[in-house]
Amino acid sequence: MRAGRYDAIVMAASSGGIDALRIVLGALDARLRAPVLIVQHTASENGHALCELFAAASVIPVIEAEPRQPIVGGCAYLAPPGYHLLVEAGPRAALSVDDKVCHVRPSADVLFESAADVWRSALIGVVLTGANDDGAAGMLAIRSRKGLGIVQLPDEAEMREMPEAALRLAGADHVLRLAAIGPLLNQLCG
Amino acid sequence: MHTSDRHDIEIDLFRRALMLRHGYDFTGYAPASFKRRVLALQAAVQAPTVSRLTERLLHEDGFVRTVIGRLSVPVSEMFRDPSVFRALREDVMPVLATWPQINIWQAGCAHGEEVYSLAIVLRECGLYERAHIFATDFSEEALARAEEGIYPLHEARAYSDNYLRAGGTGSLSDWYVARYNRIKLDESLRKRVTFARHNLVSDGVFGEMQLIVCRNVLIYFGDDLQERALGLFRDSLVHGGFLCLGNRESLAYSAMADDFERLSEETAIYRRGIRARRTI
Ligand SMILES: C[S@@+](CC[C@H](N)C(=O)[O-])C[C@H]1O[C@@H](n2cnc3c(N)ncnc32)[C@H](O)[C@@H]1O
Repeated sequence: MRAGRYDAIVMAASSGGIDALRIVLGALDARLRAPVLIVQHTASENGHALCELFAAASVIPVIEAEPRQPIVGGCAYLAPPGYHLLVEAGPRAALSVDDKVCHVRPSADVLFESAADVWRSALIGVVLTGANDDGAAGMLAIRSRKGLGIVQLPDEAEMREMPEAALRLAGADHVLRLAAIGPLLNQLCG
Repeated sequence: MHTSDRHDIEIDLFRRALMLRHGYDFTGYAPASFKRRVLALQAAVQAPTVSRLTERLLHEDGFVRTVIGRLSVPVSEMFRDPSVFRALREDVMPVLATWPQINIWQAGCAHGEEVYSLAIVLRECGLYERAHIFATDFSEEALARAEEGIYPLHEARAYSDNYLRAGGTGSLSDWYVARYNRIKLDESLRKRVTFARHNLVSDGVFGEMQLIVCRNVLIYFGDDLQERALGLFRDSLVHGGFLCLGNRESLAYSAMADDFERLSEETAIYRRGIRARRTI
């Protein structure tokens, strides 16, 4: 596990995710080289408020992804409510209103699979708490490309289904408590 | 080779076949979402490989309709993003009312959800009889569905909710009848609507429009294609005419930005400026 091998991080969280993401993002270092792309399932239509919530907890800027926006290291991009977030070569962000995947939009599978196509083995996927199985197929895509998979310890997760589904389908390189995830990302992408 | 890389090659060949055999050009589309849709099409028609899709596209005459129907992803809602329809009702309709004739182009109309929404707003504002809505899409399947104006009953609650939040003055159920598991929109809403096939990739301008509504179509386009479509919209609008884009779409990165003024930060509704019309 060499530091500097990874160029980007994608993260998925659903119910219980806001608190979980605040902990993980809060632990990230300002020197993080990699961009962080995030899907958080939410019923709210206000992605802006969600960004502010995360930004308040974190030293790295957190913004809502816009179509065509260049993705740069050290920034976190949140999928806007109601839109899938995808990654295009560049890397640039793209949005879509295609059908829901796993009953959700944005879907982590959509983000993870498109990111795996762009970053291949240099991608880290993180699946956190949630009550569905979104992110599992995406994690499989990442790990089949030899990227790194990190899953929140199901026993610690507010909702264990999502981490468990990822572990069942794709396995993981690390199964960790929230408090340990940020520090590991700093180490891998510092 | 990773399966996904093999898919990229197959999709490239599929795209070429679609172009050479049927004249549909998807080269300017954003690749990641296009790929997802081709793979979804493959799953839907139970083709063992994408290459098999290409073969059917070349040899089976009727297959292209299904292909375009699936690639188009006509995902929509009535009064989607209610605040936009509220802005159309409150800020745009009063200006439209000053024109003797109101031409509206709804590009990328999917199954017609937005067409009927617009028709209802026009009716409730007393402008319908002066209006003509040109509803276009490049998918024949989508257009056929749009003409029917039939939607699943289980959507009615969400649509009604949107309608009220958009400032609807009555009840959405005034405008449809529910039968079995469906709702059917009132025939009278279609009286001043023309449905037509139009491809934003290859077809031309569309007359003298007072309002163009094209939402959640440009997000699927790459830079060049987006510029092309925006050029069509600009050149189809009368001076002072309105362009309504999707909530996540904007003219921010476009060379066309100077030709338009944005009405407000909240919605992507623009007004074409009074500068001389450019000829291409
Ligand atoms: C996601 S739907 C948007 C529906 C609706 N405007 C809304 O926002 O709810 C996109 C629509 O654009 C149409 N479309 C895609 N490419 C097109 C093209 N090149 N020319 C015309 N229509 C196109 C599709 O067939 C589909 O119906």
